[in-house]
Amino acid sequence: MKKLILSVLLLNLLAACSSNPPKEEVAEPATTSAATTEAPAADAQGATATDAQAAADAQAAADAQAALMEKNSVYFPFDVDAVQDADRETIMNHAEYLASHPDAKVRVEGNADERGSSEYNLGLGQRRAKNTKRALVLGGASDSQIETVSYGEEKPRCSEHNEACWAQNRRADINYSAQ
Amino acid sequence: MRRWILLCLSFFVVPAHAVLNIEITGAGEHQTPVSLVRFAGDAATAQGLLDIVGSDLIRTGLFKLVDPAGKTPHEPRDIRPSEWVGVEAVLIGSIQSMDDGKVAVKFRLLDLVRNAELLSQVVTAKEDQVRAIGHRIADMVYERLTGSPGVFSTRIAYVSRDEGVYRLVVADSDGDNEQALLTSKEPIMSPSWSPDGRQIAYVSFEKRRAMVYVQSLSSRKRTLIADFPGSNSAPAWSPDGTQIAMVLTRDGESQIYVANSNGGRLRRITYSDAIDTEPSFSPDGQSLLFTSDRGGSPQIYRVSIEGGSVERLTFESGNAFSPRFHPDGKSFVFAHFGDGVFHIAVHDLESRQTQILTAGGWEKKPSFAPNGKMILFATEVQGRGILATVSSDGRVKQKMVAQRGDIREPMWGPFLK
Repeated sequence: MKKLILSVLLLNLLAACSSNPPKEEVAEPATTSAATTEAPAADAQGATATDAQAAADAQAAADAQAALMEKNSVYFPFDVDAVQDADRETIMNHAEYLASHPDAKVRVEGNADERGSSEYNLGLGQRRAKNTKRALVLGGASDSQIETVSYGEEKPRCSEHNEACWAQNRRADINYSAQ
Repeated sequence: MRRWILLCLSFFVVPAHAVLNIEITGAGEHQTPVSLVRFAGDAATAQGLLDIVGSDLIRTGLFKLVDPAGKTPHEPRDIRPSEWVGVEAVLIGSIQSMDDGKVAVKFRLLDLVRNAELLSQVVTAKEDQVRAIGHRIADMVYERLTGSPGVFSTRIAYVSRDEGVYRLVVADSDGDNEQALLTSKEPIMSPSWSPDGRQIAYVSFEKRRAMVYVQSLSSRKRTLIADFPGSNSAPAWSPDGTQIAMVLTRDGESQIYVANSNGGRLRRITYSDAIDTEPSFSPDGQSLLFTSDRGGSPQIYRVSIEGGSVERLTFESGNAFSPRFHPDGKSFVFAHFGDGVFHIAVHDLESRQTQILTAGGWEKKPSFAPNGKMILFATEVQGRGILATVSSDGRVKQKMVAQRGDIREPMWGPFLK
């Protein structure tokens, strides 16, 4: 059992090391999923097999989390604040994660492209964040897990004056590490 | 030895001052030919003073500087009108060092057409305040020759962004003499001057969301006046300085509220399910202009300070943002967005006509000079935000190109009392 805990800890470390920044995003979910696989794994055929099984499960969970966290932005058309169908899967993945991890908290950060005044865009980003939160709550997340903020046009991901760039800036980010 | 130290100091100081290059295009309908004669006294100081007065006057597009061509009169009796054909006014004077480290600058503005003395003044100041004296002289010359008060002694505020560092900057109206009031790794937005020019309200994200602060320019002391849940932004002072309009999302959408200037006695002004933002007080303090998308796209509206009915003012194709009243309250300037570009435009409240003043580009956040003759706004050169001005009639334009950083969110300050 000691060995198992040690290996789970090692896995956590590995997961933490191999994850993309920000580290907290991946490391935290990996801990939780490894802990939940621990009990059934202990009932299995022996220490070595258990270790392998737990390792595989934890790795799979970590990979799934990494994949989830990698896709944490939803995008909007120009001057539109409604969450788009194209982002339904992203929203559902995060909503389910939040529903199954009641302790997890996120900041939804709304952003806008530069085709407006900075103050109007602050308002637009706030609406985008609010609508993204609403979609997450409809998907099963709880209201108290989600804080909304707007950065308007102040934190562009891309700073050229063209549609390819603007499209990246019209987004809401579901940010786990920023709590 | 003292002289040597001064020289060294100026060597280091110069690069910091030479922050901006100014490019002027266009000219006023009528340009008054004026000759500025280098004042008697210390040659370097006199030249510095002359340069400041000259560049202030030139930037307005209302004056043509006529080279005195070697003539150096310092008293009215030294002037022979036959030698100044085509010159309407001459500025002469002298600089005297006084015992207490101050200088006394004596100057006269002479009208050569009517053979009259337009100005005769003595200004005393510390030796290192030559810039300020130059701006004051330019203000007086401008007022005597145009009938409107000059704005060269006023200040501007803006936000600069350079390698992820945001600075709230206050500078002279020509962009020089800049001082950072706040430096932050998080965005700063929407500086707004108190009517007495002593405080600036602004939005800072330093606590990871938009909150409104008021900061004193002299003591640097600042107060957080709005930190409600959601965004707190777009501060605008009432003309008497007792109240601040701002935008809060604490009740859902971005809506306009007015509070006392310390943040107390908050009351809601607009009630819509739209984005209502960028309030600007009318000079009489009775109404607010603001941007709203309640009609489907962002346009300019007006509401009484008591709340109540809202009037739509712009009906342009495209969008309208960032309204600011002319000091006379009869018109307002705003940023128009259409066909992929922003223009600076003025809307006359009586005739209901809109006039586009600029060629178009990434032109945002206009504000009038306190004499209503010029408009300061943000534009862009080679992907970098810079300051620009345009005369209220659209004839004279200038760009002030900073040597580094990205400049945004400018706001012209009030007359200093």
